[in-house]
Formats: sequence, structure tokens, C-alpha cells
Amino acid sequence: MNDAIDIKSLTITQAKKDLAAKKYSSVELTKAYLERIKKVEPKVNAFITVTEEEALKSAKEADAQIAKGEDKALLGIPLSIKDNFSTLDIRTTASSKVLDKYKPPYDATVLTKLKDSGMVMLGKTNMDAWAHGSSTETSDYGTTRNPWNTDHLPGGSSGGAAASVAADEAIAAIGSETAGSIRQPANWCGVVGLKPTYGRVSRYGVIAMGSSLDSPGPITRTVEDSALLLQILAGQDPHDATTSPTAVPDYLKNLKKDIKGLKIGISDDYFEGVDPEVKATVEQAIKTLEKLGAVVKKVKLFPPKYAIAVYTIIQRAEVSSNLARFDGIRYGNNRSTFGDEAKRRIMLGTYTLSAGYYDQYYNKALKVRTVIIENFAQAFKDVDVIVGPTSPTTAMKIGATEGQSMFGELADVLVEPSSIAGLSGINMPVGFSKAGLPIGMQIIGPQFAEEIVLNVAYQYEQENPLYKIKPEL
Amino acid sequence: MKIDVSRVAQLANLPLTADEKKKLAAQLEETLTYIDQLNEVDTKNILPTSQVTGLENVLAEDIAQPSLTQQAALANAQATDKGFFKVKGIFSDE
Repeated sequence: MNDAIDIKSLTITQAKKDLAAKKYSSVELTKAYLERIKKVEPKVNAFITVTEEEALKSAKEADAQIAKGEDKALLGIPLSIKDNFSTLDIRTTASSKVLDKYKPPYDATVLTKLKDSGMVMLGKTNMDAWAHGSSTETSDYGTTRNPWNTDHLPGGSSGGAAASVAADEAIAAIGSETAGSIRQPANWCGVVGLKPTYGRVSRYGVIAMGSSLDSPGPITRTVEDSALLLQILAGQDPHDATTSPTAVPDYLKNLKKDIKGLKIGISDDYFEGVDPEVKATVEQAIKTLEKLGAVVKKVKLFPPKYAIAVYTIIQRAEVSSNLARFDGIRYGNNRSTFGDEAKRRIMLGTYTLSAGYYDQYYNKALKVRTVIIENFAQAFKDVDVIVGPTSPTTAMKIGATEGQSMFGELADVLVEPSSIAGLSGINMPVGFSKAGLPIGMQIIGPQFAEEIVLNVAYQYEQENPLYKIKPEL
Repeated sequence: MKIDVSRVAQLANLPLTADEKKKLAAQLEETLTYIDQLNEVDTKNILPTSQVTGLENVLAEDIAQPSLTQQAALANAQATDKGFFKVKGIFSDE
């Protein structure tokens, strides 16, 4: 192995410089990650499929292009992809046995964009089956372990994605969030997780969970890498009519701007019932933002508990519709192969959409959704961003979800309101508990305010660069 | 309120065992009790939101685009016949 490669300190930004300076080749870099995967996977189980052969082939092609002086945003950079993104001719399971042998006949738009940018895909990462959950315990391919303590959960549903970055099995990962599925595992694994505004990144080819909520996004070590990846992913897609025509700004341009005078909102409701260690650490992080010149203001947000109820109804309803297409005829196995969690969600969704109950549940939820959206809009008249803890606790122990039909919703109580309103948000690592588990702070912005969210996160990261601390594995 | 689990399973085309039905009945009741909290929120004169970024009537030109070949479309099917998906008979058991 090339000694110039130190995967424990690598970021996309650094690896690009190194590749350009010919310190090592993309093949050497890719091999280093494949070796790391072989070494730590027995402990972590972040991947469902490792695409070694294809990865080395892409790396070789990247090296040839680098030799010709080509410059692409991700040329030769090895990433992991969550297993709910359709990948042409490469097994895509969404962690469910229903799709055990499924090989998509096309690429998701996100994949097309990453490939066009020169990415090397290392493999497909584990998740909660169909993205239903916040632990990876509902995966049909085993639970992913938290790299900081393998007796603990990585969070979910993008648990494999977050763990692959924390465990240095990939420079960065692509995940997806419906309500918490990027920010919560990023929080529990101590990495940066960006949930873009709904419609900022195309859902075409992503195995659908909640179509009015699903937002693909990057999981990275640093904020700069997050901005770099969002730049590639963002934009209108003719294949997804819900993508926005709103112009995509240059996310790297204003990243390093100071945040003097920026108004930051905090809401007491978001600190209620939060673990004291998490609360104290996030309060400390807010003080850091104040030190950087930000002005902290109290805002009154709608109690998050109602967001759980709204989310539960809308998401289960959309799940029951989306999973109706799995008939076992055109592709995949038959409907008896759904796991318990999927069955539970399909049943609740079917019930709330059925004749006589639609108004009582689904329509009511859509109205409360309006109330939540208006509440955030009101708050953003006074402040630029809102900050608070990402989750009420640090990573829970393996097995915590046993018999808990509302586990995910309670773990994601603090991120569900912003997801329902389609807002942008990020998880920033801000410290560790006494037990050595990561603690995260979320920064929420209005719709299409990723630029501001990334700017605040970047400035915080300069004060407290926790990405330099790595788990022992 | 009692949920007719068998009927909902039929609507969802979901094969469930007797045990699963029993377990699900209890879990669904529990979830419904939780979501009943929404009744505490006054939604009089409030319109429902389905699309959060406000897009409406997104249209595209009706032009044929390249699409999957017959072979690619059938590649993942459990059973095919002469280039078609093979399914169970609807009016017979064939």
C-alpha cells in the first residue's frame, strides 16, 4: 500500500488535491478503502454489497482521466451509496428480502450525477428495511454496529452510510432522509449529515418511502465535503416533477463567510426531555456560535410531539401506496417476504387511507402539516437558522427497538417537524458523552437555505474540529 | 375503536398469519391512540398541504423518450413467456 494514504485523516477535498499532485492513484486509494472494509466489516456490518470489481474498474478509468488532465468534482473519489438508490445492474435490496436478488435496469439520477462527476462506488450500505426505522435493526441483512461502540446502534435508516464514514470505510456516503434518516445516524456516529430541502435533490430511482418527504443527501466527515457533494446532487430533474426550479447557488462560495450578526433561534420545547449530557453539550456549542458573533434569540416552535403524529400518519399512508407496487411479478419476491415493520406500516397506512377514515386521519394530518409550516415560517421572520439537539439521547444499545412500534418516531422527535415542513438541516458533531458516544447539534434553515446552514456549520467546525477524533476499531 | 385487521390486510393484499393479525391489532391500536393527539390541534379554516415547496401542475412535453428494452424490463421477473410477464390466471387457476 502507498504510505502517502492515511485514510483516517482523508476528506474528499484532501484526496482530490493528493490525486492531482500524483501522491497516489485512485486505484491505490480505492484498494486502501477495500482493505479497510475487509478489516472492519466483521465488526461494523455497514455494507450489504461491496462492489470491489466495479470499484477497481472505475478507479482505473479515473486514473486514465487524471493522467489526461481532466478535472471532475469527484474524479477517483471512493464513496458508499445507501442501498435504496437504484444502481444499474448492481443488486439493490433496500435491506429487504423482497428485493434480495433485484438488479435495477437503470441508475437513480443521483447515481448518474455522481458517475458523471467521476465517483468510484465502493458498495451499497445497510439501512432499515425500506428505510423504515432509526436503528438498522429492521434490516433483513443484520444490524449495523456503531463504530464508536459496537454494542450500540448506529441510528438509521442511513445507519450503514453513517457508520461507513465514521469507520473510514468510505471517504463519504450518500444517504436519504424522510424524517431523521440522515441527521440522526450522522449524530449517533459523529459525522456531518445534511438533509437538503425537499425537492432540492432528485428522488428519481430512490426506492420510495414517503414521496412527499424523501430527500437524498450527503454524509461526510467535514462541512466542506458536504457542500461539495450537495453541489453535485442538487438541481431540477425532468424525471422527478417535485424537484424545484429554484436556482442552485455555489455552495462553496460563501461557506467560509463569518457569521457575525447572524440570528440564531432556540426553542425551549426542543430541549425538553433531552438527556442532560446532550443538553449541556449542545448549550456549550450554542455559546461557541455566540462567541463567533451570532445573536441568539428565543423562538416559539410548535410542540414537536404533534409532528410525530402528523409524520406517522403521512408516512404510513405514503408507505402503503409506495409498497403496493411490489407484486412479485415484474421484479422481486412476493408480498409474504415483507418484514414485520413494513407489514405494520402498510397496515396502518391502508387503514388511515381507507373509506371513512381518510378525513379523520390523513386529511387532518395534512392540515396540521400546514400549521407546522406556518409556525416555522413565522419563526424564520425573526431568525436565520434554528439550532438544537439532533436527538434526545446518544446512540442506544443494540436491541433497544425490540417491541417498540414507535421507536423511530421518538428517536427522531426533534427532526420530524423540520422534515414535515420540507426544510433544510444539518447534523454537526459537537462533543462526546462520558461513555464516549458522539453528541450532535442540528442547524435548521428555511427551504433552500442550505448555503446558510452550511456556513454556520462550517464556522462551528473551525472552532471545534471533531472530525479529527476517530473511533478505535 | 376496533380495527378489522383481516379486512385491512385484504385491502393491502398482505398475506398475514393468525398470530401476526393478533399482534398487529394490538400495535395498530397503540399507534392510533398516539396519533389521536392531533385532535388537540385546532385546524378550522386551515387548508391541507400535500406539496411543501408549493409546486403546482408540473407539466412536460409529451415526447417519446428512450426507455427500457423488453429484455431489460423482463430481466428481474420470476416468470416470463414469449417476451411477456407470466401471471396467474384471473378467471381460472392456470
